Formats: sequence, structure tokens, C-alpha cells
Amino acid sequence: MSDFSPEPQNDTAIFLSGVSVCYRLPSEKVATLKEYMIRVIQGKVRYHSFRALNDIDLFVKRGEIFGILGRNGAGKSTLLKVISRVLIPTEGRVWINGMVSPMLELGAGFHPELTGMENIHLNATLLGHSRKAINQKIPEILYFAEIGEFIEAPLRTYSSGMVARLGFSVATAWEPDILILDEVLSVGDAAFTKKCTERMRSFRKSGATVLLVSHSVDTIRSLCQRALLLEHGNIMEIGPAREVSEKYHRLIFGK
Amino acid sequence: MNNQSTTLRPTIYDSSKQRNAAIEELRSVSRYRDLIFQLIRRDIVTRYKRSVLGILWTMLNPLGTMLILSVVFSQMFNMRGTYPAFIITNLIAWNFFSQTTSASLNAMLWGSSLFKSIYLPRTSFVVATIGTGFINTLLALVPLILIFLITKVPLHATIVLLPLSMILVAAFALGISLILSTFVAFFPDVAEMYPILLTAWMYLTPIIIPEEIYTKILGGWLLRLNPLFPVIRIFRLVIYDGKVPTLAEWGIAAGVALGTLMIGWIFFTQKSKSFAYHV
Repeated sequence: MSDFSPEPQNDTAIFLSGVSVCYRLPSEKVATLKEYMIRVIQGKVRYHSFRALNDIDLFVKRGEIFGILGRNGAGKSTLLKVISRVLIPTEGRVWINGMVSPMLELGAGFHPELTGMENIHLNATLLGHSRKAINQKIPEILYFAEIGEFIEAPLRTYSSGMVARLGFSVATAWEPDILILDEVLSVGDAAFTKKCTERMRSFRKSGATVLLVSHSVDTIRSLCQRALLLEHGNIMEIGPAREVSEKYHRLIFGK
Repeated sequence: MNNQSTTLRPTIYDSSKQRNAAIEELRSVSRYRDLIFQLIRRDIVTRYKRSVLGILWTMLNPLGTMLILSVVFSQMFNMRGTYPAFIITNLIAWNFFSQTTSASLNAMLWGSSLFKSIYLPRTSFVVATIGTGFINTLLALVPLILIFLITKVPLHATIVLLPLSMILVAAFALGISLILSTFVAFFPDVAEMYPILLTAWMYLTPIIIPEEIYTKILGGWLLRLNPLFPVIRIFRLVIYDGKVPTLAEWGIAAGVALGTLMIGWIFFTQKSKSFAYHV
């Protein structure tokens, strides 16, 4: 890879060097302490290791919209977890410049008995924002989510589309330096999808880096400049989005 | 861009430059203090906001137990009319400890799905649970004072030391919660075993039976080996006995509570790195 430098540069947003994630799974699932104790006494605890990511080098510039393609189980989620600090890699170095705003799985962290407004506060603090910062953003979040008067009603009265809109609005209210979008564009109606796409473009204009994970080759091709194709935890292809999506297409349909 | 002023996270994260996990976590928690406030608020609001019974229940629970125990035990122990006051004092301290430790295990199970999708200081849920318990305990002081007034047991000025003794119980409960939560993260069945341990612990601590009975067991070693005893005893001394605990009593209680907290904090933060690896 010619453009790979050993140290992060001034305009680097994401820099991974030799990153591997190795899950250590018990050969037979030992889920309880009781079982574990019995097996320790019997000397029967064996592990096999599973490499979810293998020696990944990645370099994403600030302001890029970068696509991530790969089949189920290829290591896409693990890669996103490493970038968003959820998972500390077994080996390698992770260097991130800026705030990462991952998409919460829609509804995670929401409480059904709290009102929409209370959930905004809860969710935004979960994402690491201060109370002051949240109060400043409330009008904007409300405007974007289009919840209307329901905002003071408990979340359990909301439709799933409303919950999704609220989640997306909170997560993207802050213009993160790095925005992770994991298959969200399929959520909600056509109008909302259009709004999401517009918001992503405006993020890009303001200099944010976007990581877009999608199964849709068309989405990746139309939005991203560069992309990455993962297969069995290895980088199979990295480069211009058009070429990578063609390779992905061939991989799936075997053409 | 105004990200610098709104984000609580350091701008550059470099996994090759991580310092001591316990200290790093302490910093993270203080940066995320608004989250802890929101979590406490959520627990209080969902418990009390939409039901009058919620707030009553917090008060009725110790009252009911006190009533039952008083009927059964007050003849057995030579305490005349002061047994109800004695038992409600101990029960409130015990509930503070037992409810917060159990609740933090559930918070950990609930939070584990979040830990897998976003970065959060891992201790925040446990810290918030102790905070919620603190507020619930303050509410439970209403029936306590009521019982003291009804049974004409004098309330002493030493009650001003109550916040200090509550902080010690909270510190001890936080330490125990962190140790237990670490186990729960790896073995969810620990959450099911804990109530059994709690029942045993309650009977091994002078909660419903006066201390004098316990001092004879195993030459007093039963009490000496119970770390909860010196901590919870301070609570009773300042409310029920109306005594200012001696310097030695404060010292032992504070040593045990803060020591447990430190051990729990270090143990939890060392192990929490691999929480997300457990699927």
C-alpha cells in the first residue's frame, strides 16, 4: 500500500496499525460460574482462539466518506467497535483524532417509561455530552426528529419510526468528527432517508469523517470515495469505492 | 466547529498511550458526571413519577418488616419498647447495602448491551445505582423518624453524623458491587446466587438480633471477620444509641469501607477491558 504511513499525519482521522482482535472462546460454552468451577476442578477448561480481525492497517483522512463492505461475520462490527473504543484490540495500535459518534442500535439506552425529552437527555449523556451542551441542542434535535407534541409522552407510546428518528437526531446533533453509520439508511420512510443522506453530506462539508457500513453496493458507490472490503477478518481490497464495490459484487454473486 | 467545548472525551485517543486503568476510569467518571446524574434521575423518576405507591412503597417496606419483626422478637429480647426503633434503624442501613448491591448487578446486566456498542466509563452504572440508593435511603428516614416519635424513643443530636455514616455504607456497598459486577460480567449466574449470600450475610450481622447475642459466638470472631459489621454499626450508633462513635470505631469503619472500595475499583477496572470480549 503506497499511501500507508507509519505514523498518523496532520490530516489523519483514523489510523490503525497491525490491529488484531482475538476472541478467546471456551471450546464448549461455559456460561455459569458453577459450570466453570466444575470444569476447573476437572481440568477441562479449554479455549480456542478466533481471529475476528487480522493485522489490519487502515488510514482514513479527515473529511472522507469511507465505506466498509463485507459479508456477515467478516469483521465489520468488530472493526467499528475497535474504532469507537468499545473493544481494546488484542494487538496493534489504534489512533483516533476526534469525537466518534457511533449509532446506538436503535432504541438501545432508551427507556420506555421516560418521555421523549427525558430520553434525549439520557441518550445524549450516554454519548458523552454534558448537560449544558445538551440544552443548547434541544431545539435542533426536536426540529430534526419531528416528534411534535409527543415529546412529553412516554417513549412506549411512540411508533418504531419515531424512536428511530429520535435516536438518529440525538446521535447526529453534535457534528461528530467521525460519524459511524451502520445500516441506518434503511430505517424510516423515504423522506427521512433523504434527510439522513443530506445530513451526512452536510457533515462532510463541515469536515467530518464518515464511516459507512452497508450491504448496499449502490449506497457505497454513490456516497463514498474510498472503501474497504473485509473477508474473514482480513482486508481483501482497499481503494476507490467503485472498484471495491465491484469486487464485493463478484464475491457475493460469484461473477 | 464547537466540538472542543461540547465533547467530554479527549480529542486524540491512542491505544498505545493508555495509563493506569484505575486512574483513567476515575477521570472518565468525573467527565461523565452528567450521565451519572441522568441515570440516577431515570431510576428515581421511573420509580416514583407515575405511581403514588412507588414512593409509599419505599416507606412501607421497612415499616412492614419492622412491624412483623417487632411482634415476633420484642418479647424475646429484653428491650422493652425500643425494639421497633432498633429494628427499623438496622433495617434501613441493611436495605441500603443489600438493595444497592443487588441493583448494581442488574444494572450491569442491562448495561452490557450498551458496553458492546458505545464507549462509556464502565463503572458509571454501578456508581449511579449507589447514588439512587442514597436518595431512597434518605426517603426511608421519614418512617424511621415516625417510629421514633410514636414509640417515644429519643432522637439524639448525634443524628447530624448520619450523612457521614451513610457515606461509609455507600463506599462499602460500591466496593462490593464492583467486585460482584465483575463476576456477573463473566458469569451471569452470580446474579442468581447473590440473594442466597445476602440472606446468610443478614443473619451473620446484627440486624434483627442485638449485638450482645453475637459477641459470644466463636469468641467474638464472627463479628470481627464480618467487614459489614463495623460499617453498619456506626449507622446504628448515631441514630439509635445516640452515641458519638469513638475514633477507633470511625477508623475501623472507614478503613474497611474505603479499603473495600479501593480493592473493588482496581479489580473492576483491571478486568473491565475484556468485558466487551464476552459474547
